[in-house]
Amino acid sequence: MADAPAKTDGLHEEEVLGKAYDARLMRRLLEHLRPHARLVAVSVALLVALSALELAGPYLTKIAIDRHILRHDLPGLARLAAVYLAVLVASFVLRYAQTFTMYVTGQRVMRDLRMQLFRHLLRLSVSFFDRNPVGRLMTRLTNDVEVLNEMFTSGLVAIVGDVLTLAGIMVVMLVIDWKMALVSFAVLPLLLYATAVFRRRVRESYRRIRSRIARINAYLQENITGMRVVQLMNREPRNFSRFDRLNREHMDAYFQTILSYAVFFPVVELLSSLAIALLVLYGGGRVLTGAATLGSLVAFIQYAQRFFRPIRDLSEKYNIMQSSMASSERIFNLLDVEPEVKDQDSPLPLARLEGSVEFRDVWFAYHGEDWVLKGLSFRANPGETIAFVGATGAGKTTVTSLLCRLYDPQRGRILVDGTDVRRFRQADLRRRIAVVHQDVFLFADTIAENISMDASRERAVSAARAVQADRFIERLPAGYDEPVTERGSTLSAGERQLVAFARALAADPRILILDEATSAVDSETEALIQQALGTLLTGRTSIAIAHRLSTIQRADRILVLHKGVIREEGTHAELLEKRGIYHRLYQLQYQDEKAGSAEGDPARPDRTAVR
Amino acid sequence: MHSIKRFRRLPGYVRRYQRRYAWGVVLVILTTGFSVLVPWFLRDAVDGLRQEVTRASLLRYAGLILGSTAIAGAFSYLQRTTLIGASRLIEYDLRNDLFRHLQSLPASFYDRMRTGDLMARATNDLGSVRNVVGPGIMYFLSTAATLAATLAFMTRISPRLTVLALLPLPLLTLAVNRLGRIMRSRSERVQAQFAALSTRTQEDIAGIRVVKAYVHEEKEIAKFGALNEEYLSLNVSLARVRGLFYAAMSLLAGIAAAIVLYVGGRDVIAGRITLGGFVAFNGYLAMLTWPVIALGWIIGMIEQGSASMDRLNVLFDTAPEMRDGGRETARPIDGAIEFRGLTFSYGGRPALRDISLTVLPGTTLAVVGRTGSGKTTLVNLIARVYDPPPGTLFVDGVDVRSLPLASLRARIGFVPQDTFLFSDTLRENIAFAEPDAPEAEVMEAARQAHLLPDIEDLPRGIDTLVGERGITLSGGQKQRAAIARALLRNPAILILDDALSNVDTYTEAVILGHLRQACRGRTAIFISHRLSAVQHADQIVVLDDGLVVERGTHAELLELGGLYAQIHLRQQLAEELESVDG
Repeated sequence: MADAPAKTDGLHEEEVLGKAYDARLMRRLLEHLRPHARLVAVSVALLVALSALELAGPYLTKIAIDRHILRHDLPGLARLAAVYLAVLVASFVLRYAQTFTMYVTGQRVMRDLRMQLFRHLLRLSVSFFDRNPVGRLMTRLTNDVEVLNEMFTSGLVAIVGDVLTLAGIMVVMLVIDWKMALVSFAVLPLLLYATAVFRRRVRESYRRIRSRIARINAYLQENITGMRVVQLMNREPRNFSRFDRLNREHMDAYFQTILSYAVFFPVVELLSSLAIALLVLYGGGRVLTGAATLGSLVAFIQYAQRFFRPIRDLSEKYNIMQSSMASSERIFNLLDVEPEVKDQDSPLPLARLEGSVEFRDVWFAYHGEDWVLKGLSFRANPGETIAFVGATGAGKTTVTSLLCRLYDPQRGRILVDGTDVRRFRQADLRRRIAVVHQDVFLFADTIAENISMDASRERAVSAARAVQADRFIERLPAGYDEPVTERGSTLSAGERQLVAFARALAADPRILILDEATSAVDSETEALIQQALGTLLTGRTSIAIAHRLSTIQRADRILVLHKGVIREEGTHAELLEKRGIYHRLYQLQYQDEKAGSAEGDPARPDRTAVR
Repeated sequence: MHSIKRFRRLPGYVRRYQRRYAWGVVLVILTTGFSVLVPWFLRDAVDGLRQEVTRASLLRYAGLILGSTAIAGAFSYLQRTTLIGASRLIEYDLRNDLFRHLQSLPASFYDRMRTGDLMARATNDLGSVRNVVGPGIMYFLSTAATLAATLAFMTRISPRLTVLALLPLPLLTLAVNRLGRIMRSRSERVQAQFAALSTRTQEDIAGIRVVKAYVHEEKEIAKFGALNEEYLSLNVSLARVRGLFYAAMSLLAGIAAAIVLYVGGRDVIAGRITLGGFVAFNGYLAMLTWPVIALGWIIGMIEQGSASMDRLNVLFDTAPEMRDGGRETARPIDGAIEFRGLTFSYGGRPALRDISLTVLPGTTLAVVGRTGSGKTTLVNLIARVYDPPPGTLFVDGVDVRSLPLASLRARIGFVPQDTFLFSDTLRENIAFAEPDAPEAEVMEAARQAHLLPDIEDLPRGIDTLVGERGITLSGGQKQRAAIARALLRNPAILILDDALSNVDTYTEAVILGHLRQACRGRTAIFISHRLSAVQHADQIVVLDDGLVVERGTHAELLELGGLYAQIHLRQQLAEELESVDG
């Protein structure tokens, strides 16, 4: 039975969250900073200078009290205030320059990363995109990169700044009065301990929150997708109570975090005022004995207050670091994927092409041993039109994908002009092959850009004219400059086909691959398409997956592909004569068309299902 | 403010926890009240030091500082758990209400909305609304309280110095407003560019085959590169203002400190204030700086929250389209179905036209026709997935629109075209509609759907997890599970919407055999592409383009030589083709 169950891995990449610091990842991340080394150096230098200036406030207060206020030196106080003002202006300039350079660095790194990711993605083989949904790749390129940006701007740099500030404060305190400094440092071990406990608890509860929100979202998503079943089966109350439970668990997990924060913040405040109290007690005593000045005491109190804020913020930065490490891991994993179809080291030049195509005993499977093609062999001489027919799933589209090397076959060889296609550069090969896909994909560019993908405007116009697409294009408000929106929804199915024909013609290929669309179009457009096909096929080697009787009749040879092998070969008449598979297929697929055209029946309207 | 109206839905939630919020206000006041005492005690300590105090009184000051922080800390603990807690409760309520509301919305709503969009609203938007009712309210309250308290103490020390220290404040407000507006407009442009970049990427990935086939990689990279550069330069222009914003904030706060240093110092020399007062004043100024800077952040949060609330309101404002008729009370349903001249459209062309059809209780109706001919619409209307026009569709002689939705659906076993299983155990999925069904009945339903051999192969039998986090069932297995799910309901009306399409012909025959037994006494409606599944039906209708074009029994329709006979011929050909060996 074909109903074999398959196992999927239940682990969701997005939910994995590891360490806040990973040396290997960090090294790789820093690699990306190297091209901007000069900007980074400037930013760091500015940061050091800024951190030094930040220390000035309390110190100037000390001098103001000791030298000027207590000695009633008004001019001195005015000078000092002027110095303070100068420091403020200087730190304003430095801060602005620092923030700006830091942002710019971050943004440039992100631009580079996005570029690298995008370039990498386009290099990957189609099989990769078969496996990875668009949404996931988008997340890598957008969200994950943005998360990294946050790390550069508010995580890493802020941590460096905080560490510098902390170190600076400690040094200044030690210089002013080392005994008093040591007394205020007495609180530090307690603070470090409190922070460590807090971090551990918060990390635990965040992990819990994340897994619970993931559960809520999964359940929600499932319910939205399956809402019809839920409603038909009257499951609303039951699913609601399940959702309510998940929702409550999530809230409970949050309450634990709230508790942690609600304890941590006051504890830090308390430790900060413990330091101040110690200073009042011990420092006050020293002031009384004259061992320290009043100004020093005031400065110390101010320093002690500044000391605690960065430590308090550290917890937040921890979260930023943690999620950006996870993001960078995902980004690097993507960058490490190797394309499956590769160019050889010394590819053959491909200057001109006669256009012969040959498959020799080609075996291909998308997965394992599920052979889609089983020893396929055929030959198309230059200028010939070969039509492939067969039931759905016979392997027709695979033939065309292999020819332009979207995949490489597991066994056998594919030859173009007698040379294995693997010997050519992929780009060179594809430049000489044009594909018209069944499902016409148009980019959100103008019509002209969609047609002349590498060629010029004149070429676009003449190609459009050759397939008679010019008539409807010129009717569009902006003509050739009309933008195509959302997968070409402004154009009808038939018009999209014509644009795709024009696109193929503009590429002027030696080999043409035509995967005909099955959707019916109105009779006028159908006539246009028929004519365009004639223009397109002449003088080129063409491999057509034919759905139109006219294309089949025009073909030099028809190959009947059935379950991965060629079962019948010949012209339309010969094959009908045989009364084999083709005969049955013909009755199944083309009878209608013949009957339709014979009776002069207008083409059936597009019958796409209404959901 | 324009954003106030968007929050019209929130007061209801806030009111639900109004006592909590009232208590929160008290706690904010208490927390602030005790923390502003610290600089005041410092003032006393410093002044005491100049007057040769004893060590004992130093100890007292140290104790007071520590004590008031401890009390403030205790209140701050309560404040945080109360106010942030309230926001989590509101988030919980909002999320539940949203879920319940989603459950009440009809199929037409889900046809319109994309799952990703709904998910984004239920997660991101809900989160930013929570930020408004939680941290937003808390920091706003505490900023207001801090402002009031510090200003009071500062004025007590020296009204003149207070006024002078606040001189940069208007400038600060101006800067926040001006730069804030520029930042907003630039960040909107950044967002728009981000969207453009995303769209391009999405297109390129979706169209990767075309990109590769036309060797268009370099050109796409160049295009992406141009968008990327533009995104960078917009970001840089945003960074320019943002950097200025933060630098200006610090500068203005610093200028106030410089004014206090000079004017306050002079006041001390002149004896207008004490040195302790000077020190305390500096302390209050420092306390004030952070909340004022935070104000800009809170405003940003509220703005984001109000945009999110807008998006949530769109969902909440969508009314459940179908309301229960109310006239008819719940009652058993025999399963007579009648269509009377029914025409139905989804808003454009009619999907069904002038359908008149009677299905007697306990008989079987088969519906065949091409894709898009209206088959699925026909059965969806019976279960009121969409509402038919009044007076066109009757079950047991009653207009379905006046039957209570729940009791109507409770009597229908519906196997939809695209089977959907939940990631749960297979048992849970089969017993989806009847969660309390006894084991024997669950197994019997599984047997009838020919699922027992598969269950034996599963690692944990019927208790195996299926779906995204478990084992992926094949299309045929899913369909059979869905059939078991429908049978377990013991429905008066059984509807199978092409429910055997992924099942091989042998299994199909087995299931059809079971179903013929199971359908005894039930009204059954089959939609099938395979005629083998419908040929035993009491009545077959052929739909084409929304019209009933043929009706009769299998034999009658073959005789007729119309569309049905044509489909029959094709199917025989296809089967023959399938049997040719590869």
